[in-house]
Amino acid sequence: MVEWTQEERVIIKEIFSKLNYEDVGPKSLCRILVVYPWTQRYFAHFGNLYNPEMILANPKIANHGVVVFRGLEMAVQNMDNIKNTYANLSKLHSEKLHVDPDNFQLLADCITIVIATKMRSAFTPEKQATWYKFLSVVVSALSKQYF
Amino acid sequence: MTLTAKDKEVVKGFWAKIAPKIEDIGEDALSRMLVGYPQTKTYFSHWKDLSPGSAEVRKHGKVVLSGVGEAVKTIDDLTNGLLRLSELHAFQLRVDPANFKILSHCLLVVLAIKFPDDFTPEVHVSMDKFLGAVALALSEKYR
Repeated sequence: MVEWTQEERVIIKEIFSKLNYEDVGPKSLCRILVVYPWTQRYFAHFGNLYNPEMILANPKIANHGVVVFRGLEMAVQNMDNIKNTYANLSKLHSEKLHVDPDNFQLLADCITIVIATKMRSAFTPEKQATWYKFLSVVVSALSKQYF
Repeated sequence: MTLTAKDKEVVKGFWAKIAPKIEDIGEDALSRMLVGYPQTKTYFSHWKDLSPGSAEVRKHGKVVLSGVGEAVKTIDDLTNGLLRLSELHAFQLRVDPANFKILSHCLLVVLAIKFPDDFTPEVHVSMDKFLGAVALALSEKYR
């Protein structure tokens, strides 16, 4: 059972409240597809992913970036019950999408980097630590239904 | 995942921007590692103050980033270039190699904060590859 302090809850909600999903969503996806190119295997049907400019101009990426962050929002709104909130999403990633769960951590790292470029020095070591804890719980919950 | 000529060019170019700020960047990266990944504090039990911005953190941050700078200079042959540091980490410090990844990530976060426009996905991938190669060279003598 994950325990959150009041301070941690405030930090997570505060970071989220400042995010523009249409901006950070596609940027996070672009980063994972460029930095860890093997992840492109899951997006072969998205069309043109040749270089960062093409990726950012791709409407399917734009759409999917928002989908990912709406999914994260679910975790923010149910911080005391992320595992159950994500039960169906986990099954989806395992049984339908067949995503290697190691990729969840890669995307988490890319999201962190993009948020760092936005928040800059406001993303203090303490906020980074809380954010990492939150994403670790998300990654764990998404990996739970794999067998 | 070897470093291509392009990777090396990108790393050297980006390092030119980093070099004037290695003390600040080193301190910030180390602070983030110690705060975000408390298991890493076990390697610094001999320090008085492990809090962000302490004198020890600042001094050591500079040491670490200077080491990375050495790696940039010997980017064409990291194994030999980092021989001294590899022996240090293997026989004296004995840092579990998993921690190299953690510090690398924290360094990338600091670079994203300090250079939000320059730290593009292309620079990110070359830096990530480079830091991975440095970690590999550092663990060369472990076993």
